[in-house]
Amino acid sequence: MLSVSDLHVSVGAAEILKGLTLSVPAGEVHAIMGPNGAGKSTLSYALTGREGYEATQGAVTLEGRDLLAMTPEERAAAGLFLSFQYPLEIPGVPTMTFLKAALNAQAKARGEPELGATEILKRVRARAGELRISAEMLKRPLNVGFSGGEKKRMEILQMMVLEPRFAILDETDSGLDIDALRIVADGVNALRAPDRAMLVITHYQRLLDYIRPDKVHVLVSGRIVDTGGPELALRLEKEGYDKYLAAA
Amino acid sequence: MAREGIDLSTVDAVRALEAGKYTAGFTTDIEQEFAPKGLSEDTVRFISAKKDEPQWMLDWRLEAFRRWQTMEEPSWAMVRYPPIDYQDATYYAAPKNAAKYKSLDEVDPEILETYKKLGIPLREQETLLGVAGAPRIAVDAVFDSVSVLTTFKKELAQAGVIFCSISEAVREHPDLVKKYLGSVVPTTDNFFATLNSAVFSDGSFVYVPQGVRCPMELSTYFRMNAQGSGQFERTLIIVDKGGHVSYLEGCTAPMREENQLHAAVVELVALEDAEIKYSTVQNWWPGDVDGKGGVYNFVTKRGDCRGARSRISWTQVETGSAITWKYPSCILRGDDSSGEFYSIAITNGRQQADTGSKMIHLGRNTKSRIISKGISAGRAQNTYRGLVSIHGKAANARNFTQCDSLLIGDKCGAHTIPYVEARNVSAKLEHEATTTKLSEDQLFYMRQRGIPEEEAVALLVNGFVREVLQQLPMEFAVEAQKLVAVSLEGSVG
Repeated sequence: MLSVSDLHVSVGAAEILKGLTLSVPAGEVHAIMGPNGAGKSTLSYALTGREGYEATQGAVTLEGRDLLAMTPEERAAAGLFLSFQYPLEIPGVPTMTFLKAALNAQAKARGEPELGATEILKRVRARAGELRISAEMLKRPLNVGFSGGEKKRMEILQMMVLEPRFAILDETDSGLDIDALRIVADGVNALRAPDRAMLVITHYQRLLDYIRPDKVHVLVSGRIVDTGGPELALRLEKEGYDKYLAAA
Repeated sequence: MAREGIDLSTVDAVRALEAGKYTAGFTTDIEQEFAPKGLSEDTVRFISAKKDEPQWMLDWRLEAFRRWQTMEEPSWAMVRYPPIDYQDATYYAAPKNAAKYKSLDEVDPEILETYKKLGIPLREQETLLGVAGAPRIAVDAVFDSVSVLTTFKKELAQAGVIFCSISEAVREHPDLVKKYLGSVVPTTDNFFATLNSAVFSDGSFVYVPQGVRCPMELSTYFRMNAQGSGQFERTLIIVDKGGHVSYLEGCTAPMREENQLHAAVVELVALEDAEIKYSTVQNWWPGDVDGKGGVYNFVTKRGDCRGARSRISWTQVETGSAITWKYPSCILRGDDSSGEFYSIAITNGRQQADTGSKMIHLGRNTKSRIISKGISAGRAQNTYRGLVSIHGKAANARNFTQCDSLLIGDKCGAHTIPYVEARNVSAKLEHEATTTKLSEDQLFYMRQRGIPEEEAVALLVNGFVREVLQQLPMEFAVEAQKLVAVSLEGSVG
């Protein structure tokens, strides 16, 4: 589904990703782990097309379509979703309004009919219930004054409502207590489907106890240096990244 | 869900419009008549004669003119512009044969076309025949220096409401004009108001008699067309005891390379228990992105809550003009009277706005409220300047002020300058202010969800100004919302 080959990405003068190759088939959840500064967030921004993250070499395709040639909103309409490590506050725009605008903009870009207000309301309320997000929170401007944990739950709500083909979860576990972590993980697991894939970026093994990956990749100094099953995550938790850092 | 409806209709409006276009910027090609260029007593006499004014009106103008010659242009506002040569402008321009048209059929088709293009309803028939959806709005159409048509006069007269051009009022209702003109903004008030008093051309006059609720919205559309001419409108609205009126003015001008001067005076008088709601959608040509051309908008607007329990509410949406200098104010003279000011001021490109309100509390238990939303983009400067003054006898006066600024990009500026004077210890004053910067991060976040950049800006801006837009009459809220979106096109990136 997602195919990244020999991707080089520069931020300013510095090359952060130095030939990253990765393939995530439909139906699978992959985890990317790595030390600070390895390029984890750079990868999520490069995939979603953030300005200033320049792909100088390599290719990225989502279901065969060239992602690098698209604007961020085109990538979103193509089914790419990023759960931000630090979700932004959107003053003056209630969550419900925001979701409606996003859903309809994507539908429009895909040439699909826009959804009616009632239908959207129903869909959002059902998902919000699963994540224990109150109706009152949906009326408030998105993320404004929300706690770190509430913001993360809002990210998952957006993902559940937008139903992307490919989701990137960037450090979704940071800032979550154990109960919130379980709620978020349940939400993510509920979205696992044969025609959907996910990339979970994380520092810690903890999240992977709840969202069990099919594969774990180790990202060090801008490259994938090791790949294995879920047991790799447990080993990394014990041994750290020293071995890889020394080799790099 | 109504709110969301408004949000999404903005988004649709943005989609439907071409980026960065000032759609009111065309010129109308008709034969016009001008005063000789320059400003002297002769100019004042010329204008007065053109309008067939009585001697007392001419004397009033001349006194103002003599006074003006001794005055200095103010320089305290945060706006920068090259010195204005007051001799290098034309103070009167009118369509030829402009003896006021009696009906729509007589109006020059080019002028009709102009208002049609601007989307301003001048036809009465449909409304009178009861066609569904036909707007119930009476319009006074002012083209450069003259009012060319006022609609629904007969229907309004049946209710006892006088709605006509100020020129007509001077001739037809001299007692009312003599009694109230200059009673809120005296001829000596300030440099621009005094200039206006000397050379004012046209504008609207409204009188609502005792106990009458004006049966329809009243509005005036000001159009500046002629090259090198200024527009000096004068509007006077009087609402007698227990009366009520809602009034809206709209303003547009062609794209001209040179700057055009617009110095208006608006006076409102509300007697006991009367209520005036005055809304403005100002969309004068703002100049191009490099700051060439654009209207200099120096306006004095003031309302006098003269009677007990009277209410005056100002709502303004200011999107146009190269320079805006404007402080719609309320004198809260009557006990228990109240004043409100709701403002959206948007500056983009090289526009500069210095705007706000003055609330002068003289009576007891007077209340005022100021809600100001300033948006600055491009290389623009946006200043809120306000005064809340509580006089010694104004026991239990209350004011609430909220000034919010939104910055788009990092080359623009927002400034908030609130003045407060309280001479009565029972006064309760609240002031809140916020500054928000619309960041690249927020835009990227929204785009990642599939919302294109222009829509993202419209959503954010709309959320920011919603509280004020809700104050506008419904018909105009939608128009104003489009305007807000359009004036910020191309402001990002």
